[in-house]
Amino acid sequence: MRDLITMDDLSNDEIIEILDSAERLLPVAMGEIYAPLLQGKVLGNLFFENSTRTRMSFESAMKRLGGEVVNLSSVGSSVAKGETLYDTMQMVDGYSDIAVIRHPRQGAAQYSADAVEIPILNAGDGAGNHPTQTMLDLFTIRQAHGTLEDLNIVLVGDLRFGRTTHSLSHALVRFGTKLTLVSPETLRMPNEIVRDLQSHGVDVTETEDLASTITEADVIYMTRIQKERFPDEDEYAKVAGVYKMTAEDLSGAKSNMIVMHPLPRVNEIHPSVDETAHACYFKQAFNGVPTRMALLCRSLGVDVPKEVGE
Amino acid sequence: MSEMRRVTAICNGTVVDHIPSGKALQVMQMLGVNVGRSNPISLVMNVPSGKVGRKDVLKIEDRELTQSELDRLALIAPNASVAIIRNYSVAEKREIELGKELVNIARCSFWNCITQNDREPLPHKLRVVSSEPLEVRCAYCGRAQDMEELAGSVI
Repeated sequence: MRDLITMDDLSNDEIIEILDSAERLLPVAMGEIYAPLLQGKVLGNLFFENSTRTRMSFESAMKRLGGEVVNLSSVGSSVAKGETLYDTMQMVDGYSDIAVIRHPRQGAAQYSADAVEIPILNAGDGAGNHPTQTMLDLFTIRQAHGTLEDLNIVLVGDLRFGRTTHSLSHALVRFGTKLTLVSPETLRMPNEIVRDLQSHGVDVTETEDLASTITEADVIYMTRIQKERFPDEDEYAKVAGVYKMTAEDLSGAKSNMIVMHPLPRVNEIHPSVDETAHACYFKQAFNGVPTRMALLCRSLGVDVPKEVGE
Repeated sequence: MSEMRRVTAICNGTVVDHIPSGKALQVMQMLGVNVGRSNPISLVMNVPSGKVGRKDVLKIEDRELTQSELDRLALIAPNASVAIIRNYSVAEKREIELGKELVNIARCSFWNCITQNDREPLPHKLRVVSSEPLEVRCAYCGRAQDMEELAGSVI
């Protein structure tokens, strides 16, 4: 079974292999060459929660490889009528060869994988995991620095509810990355995750002060403080807008330091940063396409040839 | 055997000894022996024990608990000792075993877990990630479980 639910489903060697495949698929992702590796295959895109980049990049990835996509939107469908996830998945099992699922409930992706035969790719389950985002983040980091090892990576913002940073931090420590976690006190990384990270023997530092981390960083990974994850409006108001990065703030940064963000941003990265050589978030969003191509191929058991398009 | 002075020996049934002090009521709840049963039950709490300081003891008459029923106790009384009594003597001793996975024993206590929907049909599954100290996580959402809460969410 070739599900991808959490980053624990992949060994370090497998991660590198997928990133290598994604690199070979870059010209296909850019539309320069056509490689119908997934012709005749159907992807079920199941978004029980809104998504822009993830849904579109999966769709683009599948179509650029010659496959087809069927979409489920939970509004107005049987889901809105109270269908269980189990029942919905039985239907999807019949309609597609592989499914991508995003769901507001944590554990929904593993539950779906247990419910059906087709491979399941987790595209975000509540505040849980988002491993395909992690893979494109790793791809972007390796593209900029040529390696994943021994880097100094700063994760900023909502580390409590942000599933992106949970998955990414788990993956990074496996490559010996030094992590600095920057967040307001109320949005610190959950203790159980910090414990897991430290068990890999890497340096994990927690601070509330972003400015002090900039000069040493190889990557600064900004995240949005997500209003929708707060049970209480007042709690949100206390921490909204606490980190705002401008081009000026980056004057002391290493020249090859990159700023990443899973997007959408609100006001945590000022548009002035876009003009600097550090800005990497739009490239990162594009990288979702080649990375997800590689993941679709892997889960469907299709080898990406050494020379794509030949 | 100080508890023997407090409660008489049973003829047939199950004795669960060396329950951590104060946990006997939870044990009864987890075993489901406190509701809708006509079996007499004797409960001794906070008695001195050479082995564990203070302990609780439970004696359930005319019912032999099965291994799978007993394995539920691994969550709160992993070191309890169990004896099956027949005709006033110990016929069998049973150990409580903590497996790698607890299936349909307790439900994940995280409010936003997919298993919170009662109509979802797949079994509740908890994964044992460490036995000393006991750490259990939901096999679906991955949340580490609070043991007190878990004892209250037994199926």
